[in-house]
Amino acid sequence: MTGLTDLTLAEARDGLRAKKFSARELTAAFNAAVETIKPLNAYITATPERALEMATASDARLARGEAGALEGIPLAIKDLFCTKGVLTTAASHILDGFTPPYESTVTEKLWTAGAVMLGKTNLDEFAMGSSTTTSHYGPTENPWRRPGDNRPLVPGGSSGGSAAAVAAHAALGATGTDTGGSIRQPASFCGIVGLKPTYGRCSRWGVVAFASSLDHPGPMTRTVRDAAIMLGAMAGHDPRDSTSAPVPVPDYEKTLTGGLKGLRVGIPRDHAGADNLSPENEALWQSGIDWLKSAGAEPVEISLPTTHVALPAYYIIAPAEASSNLARYDGVKFGLRVDGDSLDDMYEKTRAAGFGAEVRRRVLIGTYVLSAGYYDAYYLKAQRVRTLIARDFAAAFERCDCILTPTAPTAPFAIGEKSDDPVAMYLNDIFTVSADLAGLPAISVPAGLCENLPAGLQIIGRAFDEATVLRVGQVLETAANFTHRPSFVA
Amino acid sequence: MALDKATVARIATLARICVGEDELEPLAAELSGILDWVEQLMAVDTDNVPPMTSVAEMTLPMRDDVVTDGNNRDGVLGNAPRSAKGFFAVPKVVE
Repeated sequence: MTGLTDLTLAEARDGLRAKKFSARELTAAFNAAVETIKPLNAYITATPERALEMATASDARLARGEAGALEGIPLAIKDLFCTKGVLTTAASHILDGFTPPYESTVTEKLWTAGAVMLGKTNLDEFAMGSSTTTSHYGPTENPWRRPGDNRPLVPGGSSGGSAAAVAAHAALGATGTDTGGSIRQPASFCGIVGLKPTYGRCSRWGVVAFASSLDHPGPMTRTVRDAAIMLGAMAGHDPRDSTSAPVPVPDYEKTLTGGLKGLRVGIPRDHAGADNLSPENEALWQSGIDWLKSAGAEPVEISLPTTHVALPAYYIIAPAEASSNLARYDGVKFGLRVDGDSLDDMYEKTRAAGFGAEVRRRVLIGTYVLSAGYYDAYYLKAQRVRTLIARDFAAAFERCDCILTPTAPTAPFAIGEKSDDPVAMYLNDIFTVSADLAGLPAISVPAGLCENLPAGLQIIGRAFDEATVLRVGQVLETAANFTHRPSFVA
Repeated sequence: MALDKATVARIATLARICVGEDELEPLAAELSGILDWVEQLMAVDTDNVPPMTSVAEMTLPMRDDVVTDGNNRDGVLGNAPRSAKGFFAVPKVVE
């Protein structure tokens, strides 16, 4: 049977329920696709046998009429989510051989809903990056290439393996995590949909921690409808995560009702990076405004002045939290150990060998800004600026119901570009990082091409209003009618 | 804010990461570049602005103080680079 890997998640779900094909057939097709896209290095670990076992169980449940929301749907899991009995690396050398004795809440929910695990996808080491080039397991390639140019491009990051796998039709959907833009920027770079939910919407329990007040698990899919379905299965209160919100989860698919009559869409012309867009990216943003207007929405000028210092604030807060979270990698309880003459010597040698250059840089910056004498000047200052960013959004949402911006400031770049200048790399997240700092839901939807490569538009919403974000996202998706395909599809 | 080699060596020790003598100079330059860039924050007026302590407007929940997990020694030790007699094994700490 051909064409199974070209289905959307929703189509595959409906096909399984209508008995047009079995979960085993669907999974076998995707196992083959995972094999085909090996040159992209999107997966760190493939789990084809486990996938077939899970699919067999799904077929039994489908036959009994007990199908869950994702019954038989093959998914890729970012290798930051702990999966019981399956190697979990965070793309770091320091987690060598780590097989968790427990399952993350989000993946457990996916399996309870009937989903099938294809494998674990590549990422920037500990999710620190915007290009999936800092992985201990080597860079992931974007399935897209520039026309007439064979140089491999980055898929964005940090959830670049997930984005590449979904874009190349080697998974129906994937989990990602977003701390500064790590779901939305790779979604934009690979021409897929990426949704960062509200902070607290999806449990962080069992997700390898980078910056705990900023880490957001979320879905990455080829359509907005698929993201709605997947989010429904991932979201919900978890007593094991003290920041998980005890709020009900709506049926997101049912909220995709189209029409935007009366909806006010905020356009932040003073957003950081807005005056520096390429003419193509600028035109794409304008198209987004026009599309939403045609659907009945009313554009409103809003102001988000503090976004100009969001990235510097982020690059204090995130490394500070990372330096604390990554203190656990000491060579004692799991992962890599390099022997030393004393306990301290063992710690120092283990961490020197286990962390890559970017992780080391951030742990050192974080240690510095938290050290005696600098805590107030850096860390507290950044947290005050974070309050101002949240206030900017609160003021904006008095005047509008959602906000439209570009997702990424540039088109995908070649592997190796920007790698010698950390700050140039950090600027990738200029449009995405503020929603992380304020904990607000935001989606990136493929909207068109810039430099002949995919480019997304972003919708940011009020806290816990993923429904509006998805509804507006789907209107954008329909209007943009993005039908381009990557150069490499399984 | 320029960091000197001595400061980099000190924070590397605090972070328990061994950094070779030849790496201190380039690292100092790199880290100083990042700190110079975040310096823009200092121009923002944050007088009377409280630092954000939680992005979610909720109070942390309380739960009953009961054991909910445990009795999994072998599972916990299963990932240890070295263990002995049901314990994690580390280099000698006390002479």
